Amino acid sequence: MNRIENAFKNKKAFIGFLTAGDPSYEASYENIMALIRAGADMVEIGIPFSDPIAEGPVIQGADVRALKAGMTTDKAFELAAKVRSQTDIPLVFMTYVNPVYKYGYDRFFAKCAEIGVDGLICPDLPFEEKNEADGAAKAHGVALISMIAPTSEQRIKSIAESANGFLYIVSSMGVTGVRSEIKTDLKSIMESVRKYAKVPAAIGFGISNPEQAKKMSELSDGVIVGSAIVRLVEKYGEGAPEEIYKFVKSLKEVI
Amino acid sequence: MSKGRYGDFGGQYIPETLMNEIHKLEEAYEHYKNDPDFVAELDRLNREYAGRPSLLYYAEKMTRDLGGAKIYFKREDLNHTGSHKINNVLGQCLLAKKMGKTRIIAETGAGQHGVAAATAAALMDLECEIFMGKEDTIRQALNVYRMELLGAKVHPVTSGTMTLKDAVNEAMRDWTNRVDDTLYVLGSVMGPHPFPMIVRDFQSVISKEAREQILEKEGKLPTAVMACVGGGSNAMGMFYNFINDKDVRLIGCEAAGRGVDTGETAATIATGTLGIFHGMKSLFCQNEYGQIAPVYSISAGLDYPGIGPEHAYLHSIGRAEYVPVTDDEAVNAFEYIARTEGIICAIESAHAVAHLMKIAPTMKKDDIIICCLSGRGDKDVAAIARYRGIDLHE
Repeated sequence: MNRIENAFKNKKAFIGFLTAGDPSYEASYENIMALIRAGADMVEIGIPFSDPIAEGPVIQGADVRALKAGMTTDKAFELAAKVRSQTDIPLVFMTYVNPVYKYGYDRFFAKCAEIGVDGLICPDLPFEEKNEADGAAKAHGVALISMIAPTSEQRIKSIAESANGFLYIVSSMGVTGVRSEIKTDLKSIMESVRKYAKVPAAIGFGISNPEQAKKMSELSDGVIVGSAIVRLVEKYGEGAPEEIYKFVKSLKEVI
Repeated sequence: MSKGRYGDFGGQYIPETLMNEIHKLEEAYEHYKNDPDFVAELDRLNREYAGRPSLLYYAEKMTRDLGGAKIYFKREDLNHTGSHKINNVLGQCLLAKKMGKTRIIAETGAGQHGVAAATAAALMDLECEIFMGKEDTIRQALNVYRMELLGAKVHPVTSGTMTLKDAVNEAMRDWTNRVDDTLYVLGSVMGPHPFPMIVRDFQSVISKEAREQILEKEGKLPTAVMACVGGGSNAMGMFYNFINDKDVRLIGCEAAGRGVDTGETAATIATGTLGIFHGMKSLFCQNEYGQIAPVYSISAGLDYPGIGPEHAYLHSIGRAEYVPVTDDEAVNAFEYIARTEGIICAIESAHAVAHLMKIAPTMKKDDIIICCLSGRGDKDVAAIARYRGIDLHE
């Protein structure tokens, strides 16, 4: 069984996001390890991009800090390899299409396979364009993870049917970031997804407290939490691992 | 491969949240561009509101002074709002109305597109919000106030390099938040399909008129047409109806800033590499890891790290030539055309004038060049004074 499938087996998956190199290579490693100790079932590692158009201010800030600290695609691979040596849970990268395209699709996915990164989430590579990367991803056994948005409507069928790894269900309109309320009719979106998808589906965007995490996990197969964790890195600096551990544990316990 | 391709360039690389909306936009555009009422209404607005057709002006003094090719200027600077940007916003805002939208958003660099968008929005009763890099709101303070006078809300963008690319980022983020009632009125021939096509079509009125005007005045086609290029909308408009005239040279003039070897440049064709950004595959100024590079030019309208996909294509097949022009050359040209022809043109357009000054003397007397004066230069006077070390006490 592959690692991504395993993360969803007999449980709701908790997927935590952190940006590689935020605020430094070493600190981001410690933060990721805290996330894993707290019980994360999968880690989404962001490779920072200069112009992250799908991110709100919190993750934009992380990208700025990480790039300033010298994070690169090669160093993100190094970091993922170091994490991989300590854990068997699935690791996926999240980044924009340009860094991947520039690295070379084949070279990028070959490197993922070599070090044990299981998938890639690429918010600006929609269904219509993913073919140019999907061949290389499949050849190296890496899942190119698709997203479904509140506006997807009739597109859900084609996206869900061809999905790999898991489906990333975007909870709300707009960019990533903490939200006090999630208003989208996720129940009906999930019904369509279930009808067509052969892979599990996790909900992300805006989840920031145990109550939301519980509600979202009841609707789907897992929850993805990003900005609420990255915010702790910004706020606590060196003390972040302890805070991340406590926060993630509080979410993990209720899903 | 998806729709909207020019060779391998173009495409639709944007978040899933926006995909349905850009499909709807494409559908609406394909419908209305052939709708007689839409076409007639846009034509009326172009003539009676924007002041089209714009003049094709024979620059007799420059022709004599430079001593080579015969020089014509396509006077987009005389349009309502002072630039070619009005051509596109009237079309897109009319389309927004037809689509039932009540709000438009737009990015702006120099402020010309923002002013044009705010103008069309005021005319058509659309709510209007403009995203402008904070750096540019300082460089172009006058245009910020013009937009506010027109009833638009201007958001100074403080992320990234605080210039045009960051304004595009912020406009895209806003659009993902609110697609139902909002159309993103993109200002250049860039972004995801169908924007490069829509903007090109609305701007192609420039070359449609220029081609007719030159045939009427000279009885033959020009040797070359030229324009400045940032994203490339006035250049695409100036080139489009000449693309099939194989003997007409198409010349785009990029902003080289302090020089293409200095790192302080915005010359994408000269220094960029293949990449995917802002919804399109094209050429971009970027580092080895695909991080978009900070770019620089004296011109807030040209300091964009990419170029429209159709330009990248015309370059790749050798149909169009692209040349870098430095700040210094552009400022000299700005002053030269003012003194020689009595025209204060935009600093953006002055990049094309600068290259014109280089090539005209090398050409024969029966050669003809048409250079697009994309905008007027009132907005740049203070910046030019600063460049010359003069404090105007604004």
